[in-house]
Amino acid sequence: MLELNDLSGGYAGEDIVRDISFKVEEGELFGILGPNGSGKTTLLKIISGLLPNSNGELTLQGKPLTVYSSKELARVMAVLPQHTEQFFSYTVKETVSLGRYSHKKGLFQTWKENDEETVQKVMKQTGVAEFQAQYIHELSGGERQRVFLAQALAQEPEVLLLDEPTNHLDLSYQKELLDMLKKLTNERKLTVISIFHDLNLAGLYCDRILLLEKGKIVSINKPNEVLKEERIRAVYKTSIQKQYHPEVPKPQLFLIPEDQEQRKVQINESCLRITDEYISLSSEVYLKCMSSGVTGSGTGWFQTFVNRHVPKTYCCNNHLEEMSGYLRENGFDPSETIGMMTAVILEDVSYRFFEEESFSVFIVVTAGTGNAVDASSSRQHEFMQVPGTINTWVFVNGNISEEAFIQSIMTATEAKVKVLQEMNIKDRLTDTLATGTSTDSILIAATQTGEMLQYAGTATPLGKLIGHGVYTCTSTALKNYLRRGKQ
Amino acid sequence: MQRLFTRTFLQNNKSIAYIAAASFLVLAMLLGISIGTVNVPIIDIIRIIGSEIFRLVPAEPIDPMQATIVMNIRLPRVILSGLVGASLAIAGAAFQGLLRNPLADPYTLGVSSGASVGAVVTLFFGISLPAAGLFTLPLFSITAAIATILFVLFFARAIDRTMRVETIILTGIIFSSFLGAFISLMIALTGEELIQIIGWLLGSVSMRGWEYIGIMFPFFIIGSLLLLLNARELNALSFGEERAQHLGVNVARRKLVVLTAGSVLTGAAVAVSGTIGFVGLVIPHLVRLLWGPDHRHLLPLSVMAGGGFLIVTDLIARTVISPTELPIGVITSLIGAPVFAVILVKRRMGRR
Repeated sequence: MLELNDLSGGYAGEDIVRDISFKVEEGELFGILGPNGSGKTTLLKIISGLLPNSNGELTLQGKPLTVYSSKELARVMAVLPQHTEQFFSYTVKETVSLGRYSHKKGLFQTWKENDEETVQKVMKQTGVAEFQAQYIHELSGGERQRVFLAQALAQEPEVLLLDEPTNHLDLSYQKELLDMLKKLTNERKLTVISIFHDLNLAGLYCDRILLLEKGKIVSINKPNEVLKEERIRAVYKTSIQKQYHPEVPKPQLFLIPEDQEQRKVQINESCLRITDEYISLSSEVYLKCMSSGVTGSGTGWFQTFVNRHVPKTYCCNNHLEEMSGYLRENGFDPSETIGMMTAVILEDVSYRFFEEESFSVFIVVTAGTGNAVDASSSRQHEFMQVPGTINTWVFVNGNISEEAFIQSIMTATEAKVKVLQEMNIKDRLTDTLATGTSTDSILIAATQTGEMLQYAGTATPLGKLIGHGVYTCTSTALKNYLRRGKQ
Repeated sequence: MQRLFTRTFLQNNKSIAYIAAASFLVLAMLLGISIGTVNVPIIDIIRIIGSEIFRLVPAEPIDPMQATIVMNIRLPRVILSGLVGASLAIAGAAFQGLLRNPLADPYTLGVSSGASVGAVVTLFFGISLPAAGLFTLPLFSITAAIATILFVLFFARAIDRTMRVETIILTGIIFSSFLGAFISLMIALTGEELIQIIGWLLGSVSMRGWEYIGIMFPFFIIGSLLLLLNARELNALSFGEERAQHLGVNVARRKLVVLTAGSVLTGAAVAVSGTIGFVGLVIPHLVRLLWGPDHRHLLPLSVMAGGGFLIVTDLIARTVISPTELPIGVITSLIGAPVFAVILVKRRMGRR
């Protein structure tokens, strides 16, 4: 559709972009990224024909751009500017109708039926049809931007160029506009070339990205390839971290602010509160967590942790909602709290603080084996959602990596299984040694301050401490539970 | 809300707009012919025009003195002031659209001053091109007008590559002052042509006769037609030059055509009537406010409203302290400036 070959150009006598070569295919959403002053807008102006190229070739649909007349070009390529000023108060429809200019010929240009149809169609597409009789200066920034998108679409172009189209737009309009563009590329095979300011929006929507630095191409590829941590750090000269979007397989980059290190705190007994109804732990700072609780499960940052006692008969269709309600009643914010349930008497909890030279862990376990299960033969059990009976909390006063989180879970689980075996807890159905209960929950939380702990396998210092700690606390908690059973 | 409704109503009924503007023009013409030291009843005017122009045989005999007044004095005067008003208004409308600023008009851009210099030079040196004859003065005026606007734009581009409207208008004002000084210099040096030059400079449409209409008319037709044919392009250009380019307008060419046509109209108007200010500023603004900014309607409506406006102004100029005639430029400024101020204040208030 559009091809650039060794293209250079800029303003009078001074090339701002140099040696640019790339090809954009039909129906592609192609993003142009780069820091301020990297030549994005200049490149777009050359592509749109506003600026001449001093060197190289620029072809549109196989023909050099220079052979197109102004009108011919406008029928193939439309431009949505970053910001359009209005000096006179045209109505929305008058504004959109101007998009048909390039389709008119001769001295006496009449408004034909298909012009009206096209204008109405694009106004519907962009959602501005309802205010077509209003004046553009009466509209909000987002609505105005959509009016000019409608104007560009009324040209019925095959290529649409955009310069930071989401600038000045509210979050919802940003998404709306880009969703619309994505749809147009899919359904109408419109080719979209857009400058982006926001790396994450570009990563989310573009098929391919061109990264410019000082007028030259740094990289041109799929978003995931272009948006590499190292590369973005070097080009934008700032510290960022790359993660994947939680819902779609697209890269997202996070800025890391300076001087925002967590305050140094230590999680220990003093943070814990035990009542008949629940055990809660509150931290002064947010802790990075990985957990399988009822609320706040998965990964995230949390400040409060609740292990709630429920009767053995607890049964509820929507336990998440019920739990949220319970937390709210007791003064906890469910969205900020990791909440677990247990049928165990809370008095029997076991907790202890374990310390190493440069880091420490605080472990809290409530344990019961009412529905102990042997994981290797659990297929014989029917699934029942009953409150967890071994809830393990591991708080690490240290800075641990993502893999250390996962290794911590493994280490803690292995230690738990060992306790069950030593105490000869059996799966009642199969009469084999149990490995846990059917609804055990685990929480690993870390303060993320102090020494960096990369690993937490059983042979590492952290792993050793967690393994020993979980083993000790689980034994004590189970002994308490069993003693109570005998009484 | 009420105002909004009125505006929408007026804009949706373009035919009403045309009828209103045309009625205003015709009424102004009839009043202009009718009122003076000798009053001619409107019914007589219709009869005289009917018999003199359309060769209809009148039912009653026509007073020959009235016929002379109408045909040789009042009618040409009204038509000339109409043409001048129309030319200035449509040129102003086009300049405003092109430069996207309601403050742009032939005067603020220096075009009128340029035309004046051309005319004064012609009078001062008593130039007369044999080939052009009567058209010498307007030709010099128009050439000077075009040269001025090109020079203003060239200069504006040299100091500000993006050619912001403010820069263009400031440049225009600087040129106006400079050219004004040039005119003053010639007046100071002049001898016997002094009265002629001063009288011409103050602006007047009196005692010009049919031949001035003959001079003015071709330029009015050419200039107006060129602008009317570029109405759509002006619509696009009023969103900015880059936007117009992207919409498919050949900006460089269209801009040149509009500037040339506007200068031709201004130059011709200045050549026949001297400097008359504010018409090109106020009329397009008023029309835009009433019937919207679409140049396809704004331009023809400005022609009618501008023509009617200058006829009424001329009428006031010659009757208010009759028998002395005031310079018409004084009246247009006296009416135009306050109207413009009111419009400006209303716009400011409306924006809040």
